[in-house]
Amino acid sequence: MATQATFRIWRGDSTGGAFQDYATPVEEGMVVLDAVHRIQAQQATDLAVRWNCKAGKCGSCSAEINGSPKLMCMTRLSSINLEMPVILEPMHAFPVLRDLVTDVSWNFRAKLTIKPFKPRSPDSPDGTWRMQQADVERVQEFRKCIECFLCQDVCHVLREHHKFDQFIGPRLLVYAAALEMHPLDTEDRVRDLRQQHNIGYCNITTCCRQVCPESITITENAIIPLKERVVDQFFDPLKQLFNIL
Amino acid sequence: MPEFQRFSYDVLVIGAGGAGLRAAIEAAASGAKVGVVCKSLLGKAHTVMAEGGIAAALANVDDRDNWRVHFSDTMRGGQYLNNWRMAELHAKEAPECVRELEAWGALFDRTKDGKILQRNFGGHRYPRLAHVGDRTGLEMIRTLQDHGIHAGMEVHMECTVLRLLLDAGRIAGACGYDREKGRFYLWQARAVVVATGGIGRAFKVTSNSWEYTGDGLALAYRAGAELQDMEFVQFHPTGMVWPISVRGILVTEGVRGEGGVLRNSEGRRFMFDDIPDLYKEQTADTEEEGWRYTQGDKNARRPPELLTRDHVARCINREVKAGRGSPHGGVFLDISWIKKQIPKSEEYIRRKLPSMYHQFKQLADLDITQEPMEVGPTTHYEMGGIRVDGDSQMSRVPGLFAAGEAAAGLHGANRLGGNSLSDLLVFGRRAGHFAAEFAKTSGVTTIDEQELQATAAAALAPFDRGSSGENPYQIQYDLQEAMQELVGIVRTEKEMQQALDAIAQFVARAERIGVVGNREYNNGWHTAVDVASLMIVSEAITRAALLRRESRGAQFREDFPGKDAEWGKYNIVVSRGADGAMQVEKIALPPMPDELKAVIEEMK
Repeated sequence: MATQATFRIWRGDSTGGAFQDYATPVEEGMVVLDAVHRIQAQQATDLAVRWNCKAGKCGSCSAEINGSPKLMCMTRLSSINLEMPVILEPMHAFPVLRDLVTDVSWNFRAKLTIKPFKPRSPDSPDGTWRMQQADVERVQEFRKCIECFLCQDVCHVLREHHKFDQFIGPRLLVYAAALEMHPLDTEDRVRDLRQQHNIGYCNITTCCRQVCPESITITENAIIPLKERVVDQFFDPLKQLFNIL
Repeated sequence: MPEFQRFSYDVLVIGAGGAGLRAAIEAAASGAKVGVVCKSLLGKAHTVMAEGGIAAALANVDDRDNWRVHFSDTMRGGQYLNNWRMAELHAKEAPECVRELEAWGALFDRTKDGKILQRNFGGHRYPRLAHVGDRTGLEMIRTLQDHGIHAGMEVHMECTVLRLLLDAGRIAGACGYDREKGRFYLWQARAVVVATGGIGRAFKVTSNSWEYTGDGLALAYRAGAELQDMEFVQFHPTGMVWPISVRGILVTEGVRGEGGVLRNSEGRRFMFDDIPDLYKEQTADTEEEGWRYTQGDKNARRPPELLTRDHVARCINREVKAGRGSPHGGVFLDISWIKKQIPKSEEYIRRKLPSMYHQFKQLADLDITQEPMEVGPTTHYEMGGIRVDGDSQMSRVPGLFAAGEAAAGLHGANRLGGNSLSDLLVFGRRAGHFAAEFAKTSGVTTIDEQELQATAAAALAPFDRGSSGENPYQIQYDLQEAMQELVGIVRTEKEMQQALDAIAQFVARAERIGVVGNREYNNGWHTAVDVASLMIVSEAITRAALLRRESRGAQFREDFPGKDAEWGKYNIVVSRGADGAMQVEKIALPPMPDELKAVIEEMK
């Protein structure tokens, strides 16, 4: 492994910026975030980077590494060609705050537009419920989400078309799916998904699923079943026929 | 003069991990106007790292379990230095808190008959931990977050609190700044709940995230609250030491349970060299007997690798200090050796330890079925914290509450696994409730504008010094080195005195910290602020550890290696003297009521 590597880091804020090269010693076993920390401690103390657990569990350090959306804490330098400068950029879909940090607050606001969990009455007089492991597991997959927003970052509807006011993106479709498929939930979100959240904008390119660090099968297990529910409720030809009659 | 953005609440919660969110939800449910301030984005707090589960005597798996057993398990684990009232309330209320989470959407693993499944854990007599695979903390924080955002609370994300504000000795709010732009904020409040978690970042090797710099403890200390049990820092014996990027990440005890052995650089199983008398009868004499134990032979005794965590951590430390460590400053934990014992060992290891296999493969490029791991102790949890009333969670400062890892009392000298997540729920709820009650009955406070301006000026001073000042990252690094070396797992008076001298030097250096750039998301500036908190908690840990001249629970004094019954009667309390210097004193434990004594006797 190389002993020195160059990191070409985007520095700037909402008004603009430019790439800047930092050469730093690298050692076996380092991840990208280690290199960024080293640069920050020794060369650029005001370099802005958002991170927290550094173990792939909190989803804070999302960035684009050589053009690929990734968690910096889980990307080992040994997986990157260090003969070339390593290009580090903030996520493209969200407004830049500074350097590698973006303003992801839209995700938190958009989540509020999804109707919250509403359980059925308890199954037992002591106020508890009974659920089978198999029913729970389906939703547990979605609840693995660490809200890194990498799926939002690659979604064309958000990244290219900026439909932030009309579409909630893969992360929040997964959130809606977790609620809709929750064994205890009684709320109906299907009309909202169609009319307010425009699930129809998703054309299932599976980009989101491919970047998910938790390997959640976003499109096949969450979005497509939700689309099917929308179709069942609003576009079933037999139902439409009955409605006319 | 810096401008302050002004907000006014009945209850201000500092910290948005499990305890903070639970407190905010409860306060909002009582009708209080609630603000939450957190250093990270919502849902990223250290609670997400918790794996094992939430300890609660639901008795879903073993119907012999009840609050009395849980209470006595907790007290025994804490070597009876626990606040007995908190241990009692915790054991009684944890089941209800777990059921509450389910009502808010949490999806725990299930028993065959559809109830919440519970698993075994060290120190708990019966299977007691409600869990979701090995990501229970994430489930908990997401449930509280998604419930909380609809419960009526204003959240100020990515803000650092600089100071708690008082009015005639009573809490009046807090001031700080946002990381995004560096704008100053005043959060006026009738009651404040500190739920800022622990102090792991005072040490070089830790399983804790960057936020764990003891801010809440330092804020409360400066505001006049007492800190208690600070000497009890839990070091888990096996954390990863290599590669550097993952130093401190936990390696589960399960590796040793499945037959993994600890060796030094000479290949020696050093755990056989030092078996405490108390455990001699229960510990294997030979490697062969130890192996049989791990394979379920009821007639065999346990291998010395499975002695208590504090002891194993100390033995590892001794080997490293004696120069018999692994290349990266740990020792070797080897599970691959079992191929000599059983066929298809690779498959067996992958099946029994899937996440460990994955963790080392992905992060260390190491196949644990073929090679030994390098492990060493890692700073994991601070049992101590802000001294509070057991029922209300209020500190001695009127209107200032604390909950979760930031509060002391529940765990005494040593925490049982699983008791932290239930701690967050039970005492987060209590703190939120009593803070809202306090706010209802207390009048308006006034803010000292001069104090606000002085706080802002002090926070901005490092910018004036710029690049000519001390590098904040370097001070933090040096502090972590010193604490790791001098106030770690094995403590002596001499080394801790050195630590105090070193901390005094860091304090002096911190006065000269300089930061470059502007106030927008400037990590250097944030580190400068964090370092101030770390120095206070580091001094508190050191002074408390110096005063306790015995070894008990997580504290091991090489110069006082035995447990001393006399010391078992006291907690150590740290507070800020009138002259600004740190005071340390021992305070007698409150007497336990007879009915609780009877419970402990009954469960012996």
